[in-house]
Amino acid sequence: MAVAGYADPAAGPVPERDFEMVEAPIRAFAIATVFWGVVGFLVGVTIASELAWPLLNLDLEWTTFGRLRPVHTSAVIFAFGGNALICTSLYVVQKTCRARLFGGEDMGWFLFWGYQFFIVTAALGYVLGVTQGKEYAEPEWYVDLFLTVVWVAYLIAFGGTILRRQEPHIYVANWFYLAFIITIAMLHLVNNAALPVGGGSGQSYIVWSGVQDAMIQWWYGHNAVGFFLTAGFLGMMYYFIPKQAERPVYSYRLSIVHFWTLIFLYIWAGPHHLHYTALPDWAQTLGMVFSIVLWMPSWGGMINGLMTLSGAWDKLRTNPALRFSVTAVGFYGMSTFEGPVMSIKAVNSLSHYTDWTIGHVHSGAMGWVGFITFGAMYYLFPKLWRKSALYSEKLVSWHFWLATLGIVFYITAMWVSGIMQGLMWRSYDELGFLQYSFVETVAAMHPYYVIRMFGGLLYLSGALIMVYNLWKTVRSEALAEQAYAAQPGFAPAAAE
Amino acid sequence: MFRFLRDHGIIERNLILMGVLTLITVSIGGLVQIVPLFTIETTIERVEGVRPYTPLELAGRDIYVREGCYTCHSQMVRPFRDEAERYGPYSLAAESMFDHPFQWGSKRTGPDLARLGGKYSDDWHAAHLRSPRALVPESVMPPYAFLDRPLDTGSMKARLAAQKALGTPYTDEMVANAAADLEAQARPDAEGAGFAGRYARARQGSFDGNPAVVTEMDALVAYLQMLGTLVQFRDVTPEQVRQQ
Repeated sequence: MAVAGYADPAAGPVPERDFEMVEAPIRAFAIATVFWGVVGFLVGVTIASELAWPLLNLDLEWTTFGRLRPVHTSAVIFAFGGNALICTSLYVVQKTCRARLFGGEDMGWFLFWGYQFFIVTAALGYVLGVTQGKEYAEPEWYVDLFLTVVWVAYLIAFGGTILRRQEPHIYVANWFYLAFIITIAMLHLVNNAALPVGGGSGQSYIVWSGVQDAMIQWWYGHNAVGFFLTAGFLGMMYYFIPKQAERPVYSYRLSIVHFWTLIFLYIWAGPHHLHYTALPDWAQTLGMVFSIVLWMPSWGGMINGLMTLSGAWDKLRTNPALRFSVTAVGFYGMSTFEGPVMSIKAVNSLSHYTDWTIGHVHSGAMGWVGFITFGAMYYLFPKLWRKSALYSEKLVSWHFWLATLGIVFYITAMWVSGIMQGLMWRSYDELGFLQYSFVETVAAMHPYYVIRMFGGLLYLSGALIMVYNLWKTVRSEALAEQAYAAQPGFAPAAAE
Repeated sequence: MFRFLRDHGIIERNLILMGVLTLITVSIGGLVQIVPLFTIETTIERVEGVRPYTPLELAGRDIYVREGCYTCHSQMVRPFRDEAERYGPYSLAAESMFDHPFQWGSKRTGPDLARLGGKYSDDWHAAHLRSPRALVPESVMPPYAFLDRPLDTGSMKARLAAQKALGTPYTDEMVANAAADLEAQARPDAEGAGFAGRYARARQGSFDGNPAVVTEMDALVAYLQMLGTLVQFRDVTPEQVRQQ
């Protein structure tokens, strides 16, 4: 039952055509993923330290929290996450379609250098104070235009490869990647609509204003989470977990329901970022209701990922890379439960504007996005560099436990500080006056900011261990694999 | 019941069909939530007093955006008792109707700034921005002493013209006088009749304490000092602020 949809008995066996995968740019994307991951975590630890010890601002205009915070968010979301998504999607689409990348090696290199150029220009801009002032969409209009060109090329490369496929069906991982590419294009174009000021200035003003701009921003912002950080990474889940567990996807029907309900519902959830603001109530209520409903497809996807391990749970003991992928799905389940809870207006009145939100997004970003990517990288590096195994599984375990511990420190500190902050803001003394001045709540945050920084440091240390491990894997002569090239053509996991 | 799941094979075999259906599916929510905000007139409250920013305030707002102040400060007071007492009347959509982009923010590492205007003196703001911990020892805000540098006013006219093109009600006269109005507001001894006629409730002053040079500090303080001061809440009626 689980795999019925992928087998097409009437069509008979498809005659196999040889194809040569485009790999060199994918190797570059894999290296970039790891590199930008370390950069993103490092900047994160830096700005977390600035909040704990403001002297670390160094009195320089380029190192203030306000300018470095977009560097951190963009480095993690767009540089680390984005490179991971492009890397894995180009690998998965060629493998599951048994077709060479559309546009070949040149296309791959254009995407690689184009995307890195986007990241570097955006980040340099932030440090120098070039920004649109919209969260997660800070790059100025010329950087946005350049990214649009790269993104259209990405859609053409990805779609073109699917059109060349030797498989009758498009594999489920590719549905999610495709939805991610299409939706991000739509969000990017609408949210970043801007009018350049001209007159020798690179500055621009966003076309939208006030309440409409707020709605459009969080329609974009929440779906940067929904489609960049969720749909794309679910594509990763649907390929790498079956491959690592050597089991087919648990349920084909659930995949279909998961896909369509997730992409339909996610797009409505934006207004939960605007509860009790000047956004009209009808929009807030819609956002809340759809955010709660969204819990269902999210957990449907989690179940589909976790149950894929049915009969292969023992592999968790022997394959530490799989442990990353599966724990990622666990964190995904946790943050997609926490999210709907926080979108309830009564809860949100407490949690909004506090560190609870920051903790929530980090359980998603470090736990889900980070871990599913680490799992995929530990799988891909030996494959891409023709090695029989990783240099050290023990180091993968070290990475796993350091990172997990880091997340636990991080999110518990933020839960405590966020809830405490929210309660302090609204607490009254026995005479009916506000009990705390604002700055007392700032002072109360200090110990939690230190714990948060320490959690981030553990997470960063784990990532550095990964860098060492992957480096040794790539450089190892002993692990070199002879037989890889002679392997028979790939068949998707679900069809086995 | 699950018949449609079997028919899904049709979609799975056709990239274009799958792409188009995906685009339709992801478009619906945004259309339903965004388009009515432009068409329902009561989305923006009918209160009086909201005017476009003066050139100096706009330059200050651009600095506020450039420095990423929104990463730690919100500009959106929610309708709760504690927020009303801590900050002032809850924020209206009308108050940010000329904000390209909006700066409501999402985090309060520092306090909300929507009602900051007039709460502290110009001197306090300039000193606090230069060295926050000199005035508030527990503060974790970075120092902004580097804002004591001349303000780049070269593109001021172009900035107002761009805002006007996007629908902000700047008159041709306001655009033409952008640079002069900026100077007039930052120098208390300058002739300010024309400026005052164009911008209601705008104050002339030496915001950073040094009238000789118009600095980035002048612009930012001028902006912070007008935040939340345009609407006179004692004159506002419930009917004016009703949203659908």
